[in-house]
Amino acid sequence: MTGEERDPEAYAGLGGWTPAALRLPGEVRPVVSAPDAVLSRAGGAVDPTADETVRLAADLVATMRVSPGCVGLAAPQIGVGAQVFAVDVTGHPKSVTVHGTFVLCNARVVEASRWKAGREGCMSVPDLTGDVKRASRLVVEGALPGSGAVVRLVTDGFEARALQHEIDHCAGLLFLDRVAGAHAVYQRKVYL
Amino acid sequence: MNELAITVIGRDRPGIVADVAEVLARLGANLTDSTMTRLRGHFAMTLICVGPTAAEVEAALAPLCADGQLLATVRAVTPDGETTPAGEPYVMAVHGADRMGIVAAMTRVLTEAGGNVTDLSTRLAGALYVVVAEVDLPSGTADALAGRLAETAADLGVGVTLRPADPDLL
Repeated sequence: MTGEERDPEAYAGLGGWTPAALRLPGEVRPVVSAPDAVLSRAGGAVDPTADETVRLAADLVATMRVSPGCVGLAAPQIGVGAQVFAVDVTGHPKSVTVHGTFVLCNARVVEASRWKAGREGCMSVPDLTGDVKRASRLVVEGALPGSGAVVRLVTDGFEARALQHEIDHCAGLLFLDRVAGAHAVYQRKVYL
Repeated sequence: MNELAITVIGRDRPGIVADVAEVLARLGANLTDSTMTRLRGHFAMTLICVGPTAAEVEAALAPLCADGQLLATVRAVTPDGETTPAGEPYVMAVHGADRMGIVAAMTRVLTEAGGNVTDLSTRLAGALYVVVAEVDLPSGTADALAGRLAETAADLGVGVTLRPADPDLL
């Protein structure tokens, strides 16, 4: 970021972006599990316009789509230490605002408020869940893969939680790093 | 009034809590603080109660343990063991590949910094080992401690985070 003031309205929302813009079907990649070291390393910033970033974005979407119950997938989860993730909370009963399927590169939280505790799981921690406090009102900025356009998403509820979970992955953090206390980690009872 | 520290542990089955609590209730033992949880198929109860003598409780629990499936210990403790929390509450989370000595090494670092662990749980899920500890730290020591924890964690090949506990007061 340059610090230059821009009109937020000029880049609010996804501007109609869908995964079709990637023009690639994407490959389903194996999902890695903790304690794989790639999950605990901060991912590097990427060039959102690079071919490899577009391929990575397509792979994330493809892998997310074939994974039951998956509402988000970050590059470290498919073994790539990069700040790229896909999210799609469409149809989830806890979601309010929904932006559909999207991929963001080099995303960062701009504003976070209304913190609420909630139970989270993760494809990379398949046997555990945990109580984590997350902002339920969130503003995130990131670049779209392909065009590299910087967008600003204003969201809430479950989509906000999913975004924070994925941004954490890109920083080498798991929900386990944010659990509320000694009795906030649970053996998973339901597998999707 | 006698204050007793009681532990009961054994292969999990329905009814352990009811059986033990019934014995204590019949003796007029008042259950105060307790944790009761399942650990890898074993059910573990740790409780403090007040009322009867240790010998009375031991004798009353003996039939429950007769088949060798449950192990109970009863010990008289000094009442008013409650200490006022000193310092600032933090949560330490550690996760990584399971190996010997993670809890020992990480809690030693906490202790050397003057920290007092108030609650801790561990989980082994496949190859993943997770430790979450609640710890009271002397005021102003958290930043330096976080650095030392990170060094020890790196030696163990695990990750660690230290965050202020959320008091969540309403």
